[in-house]
Amino acid sequence: MPLSFCLMRADDPFRDRYARGTRSMTASEIRALFAVASRPEIVSLAGGMPFTAALPFDAVGDVLDEVLADEGPAALQYAGGQGDPRLREVLTELMRLEGIRGSGGDVVVTEGSQQALDLLSRMFCDPGDVIVAEGPSYVGALSAFSQYQVEVCHVPLDDDGLDPDSLAATLERLERDGRRVKFLYTVPNFHNPAGVTLAAGRRERVLEIARRHNVLVLEDNPYGLLGFEGDPPDALRALDPDNVVYLGSLSKVFCPGLRIGWALVPPALRERLILVKEAADLCSSSFTQAVAYRWFSSYPWRETLKGLREVYRERRDVMLDSLAEDVPAGVTWTRPAGGFYVWARLPDHLDARAMLAKAITARVAYVPGGAFYADGQGSSSMRLSYCFPPPDRIREGVRRLAGVIDEELALARALGGLPAEDPDSDQGRPAGWGGVQ
Amino acid sequence: MSFDCSVAVIAGGLSFEREVSLRSGQRVADALRERGYRVGGLDADHQLVETLASGEFDVAFLALHGRFGEDGTVASILELLGFPYTGSSFDASRLAFDKLAAKSALRRAGLSVPSAIPLTEGALRELGVGALLDRAMEELGLPLVVKPNRGGSALGIRLIERPDQLPAALMAAFGYDDTVLLEQRVVGTELALSVVDGLATLPAVEIRPKEGWYDFSARYTHGAAEFRVPANLDPATATRCLESAHAAHLALGCRDISRVDAILTPEGTCQILEVNTGPGLTSTSLVPMAADAAGLTFSDLTTHLTDRAIARRPR
Repeated sequence: MPLSFCLMRADDPFRDRYARGTRSMTASEIRALFAVASRPEIVSLAGGMPFTAALPFDAVGDVLDEVLADEGPAALQYAGGQGDPRLREVLTELMRLEGIRGSGGDVVVTEGSQQALDLLSRMFCDPGDVIVAEGPSYVGALSAFSQYQVEVCHVPLDDDGLDPDSLAATLERLERDGRRVKFLYTVPNFHNPAGVTLAAGRRERVLEIARRHNVLVLEDNPYGLLGFEGDPPDALRALDPDNVVYLGSLSKVFCPGLRIGWALVPPALRERLILVKEAADLCSSSFTQAVAYRWFSSYPWRETLKGLREVYRERRDVMLDSLAEDVPAGVTWTRPAGGFYVWARLPDHLDARAMLAKAITARVAYVPGGAFYADGQGSSSMRLSYCFPPPDRIREGVRRLAGVIDEELALARALGGLPAEDPDSDQGRPAGWGGVQ
Repeated sequence: MSFDCSVAVIAGGLSFEREVSLRSGQRVADALRERGYRVGGLDADHQLVETLASGEFDVAFLALHGRFGEDGTVASILELLGFPYTGSSFDASRLAFDKLAAKSALRRAGLSVPSAIPLTEGALRELGVGALLDRAMEELGLPLVVKPNRGGSALGIRLIERPDQLPAALMAAFGYDDTVLLEQRVVGTELALSVVDGLATLPAVEIRPKEGWYDFSARYTHGAAEFRVPANLDPATATRCLESAHAAHLALGCRDISRVDAILTPEGTCQILEVNTGPGLTSTSLVPMAADAAGLTFSDLTTHLTDRAIARRPR
């Protein structure tokens, strides 16, 4: 009941006491819709859940048994705030696959990379500071940042990722305005939600611009090892070890249930980050760190990863094929070379958020684009995930979505918001970015 | 009281109000357990019929809100199964859920309702009704309210102050139903009037906007409104409003419980906006708030409703 929603907050006896950073966290219409989207009847192209069912459970079970048998008491004990040193060494080997030469001594293990986002925001940001981020940007990062009352300033993306010219212009403008930019937050590989990858030729430039403006770079790279068409270019951290904080995660290359991520930081930041981490939760789980250490040191995890990549590649193909087959003209989308997401853009007059109720009634869900901006942009865009539903469900979901878009276009035309349908319109629309900002 | 009874609290389902329904259901289940009933929580999903037919439960408590629940869908299943349940029958639920049909029934019963013009998505798309929107706005005057015809909720509801806001508001409302109402905006004191059969009349709850008028989108904004129980009305007016609510409850054939949302105009007319047959039953919802003001605990209220349903059990 809507009035109940209203009451839950209006009648909240604690409402005068909340910290400024959490006051905007309220129930919303969209949250109510997502409560339905989790029902199995609905094809959810919304969530970014890794397909954990593809993991070899017997092998995972063996590793769990080994941990308990070999190091049970320690694995169930508190541990150091920086993280299990054995795991940190293994993580440096993972990073080496992306060209990074780092020391386990500069790694801080976190509860998923989401915690690293929180800890680094806490460490760097005062209310009113600015964080520069791609537009669109990962919604979880925006949530983490918003708690610290920062202003997120978006820089547009195109098919080659973050646009360096816009970045330079944005940083110059902020500098002129006397604003303090604390860092540039970027997901260079298989971007969430945009699906694009920062081109090799742009990487040095982005780093050079950040250095010139004395802005730290936060490189969030959970999908880097999930490329379908060869490896992505070297990580930003590989190119500039002194001015990049690299965030990694085992959530996509193994599983999110262990809650293991990490930050590889320039040595100057290490001690402070460890203190912030210890203040937050003392330490990450000793048990899951021991499991992850064994998985990546003794199990043939590369085979598993190869299998996961194959699963996601097939699903990506099905989604792109289905979009090309079913979705009406005027809709454009990106073509990810890895990761989990396609970013689709509707004709300008359609509002993806307003359309969501109709989509859920048609038994398909997506995330409206506005969620990925801190400033109200993105209303005609949406994120479509292909990571979790099996291929036939993706096909069905896109078919349902296409029907909803068709209806919505017809309605918009009837209301005078769109030109009448042109039967000769170009059906061979570009599977590209389409100038999305 | 029938302590030996096993109660199925049905909540959730595929409604857009699933989340609130689950909260209502949890709260109801806790309250009934506290009074010694055996309680099981059931989601309104594919397994519902099978579970109810298994004989595990004696009576159903409906804590459903919105479509596939409050619209009578689940009541129809329960009637087919011959299973006693709380609240209104299929017919009454369906009538109350259809705002346009309910308006007609309420008007026939001599009650005041805001004027409304229905628009169907098909008429807009296929018959060029869009050209008549200006006339509709002229007839109702601005501001006006755009709302889905079915959907017991403020979801998809927008207030229109300028003609250029109408297309986007219609697009949003059609997301929830293929029929949308353009409704005359009534200004006055917003009231939630609880009707619970078999209990003394519960006091009116007044919804007071903190500033200006009660913007529908502001229902989703923190602290946008305050509530006053009993409403700040003179006793005669309060009685008149509550009588109107009771008349509305009867006119639609409602049973056990309903919440009548109304606006008392400065001229003293009680304009009925809608009758909810599945009102919110969370700890802070309006009907429990009214009951509380009348000295009834939430357990008293849920027990009362359950016992009424048990009394309807075929013998």
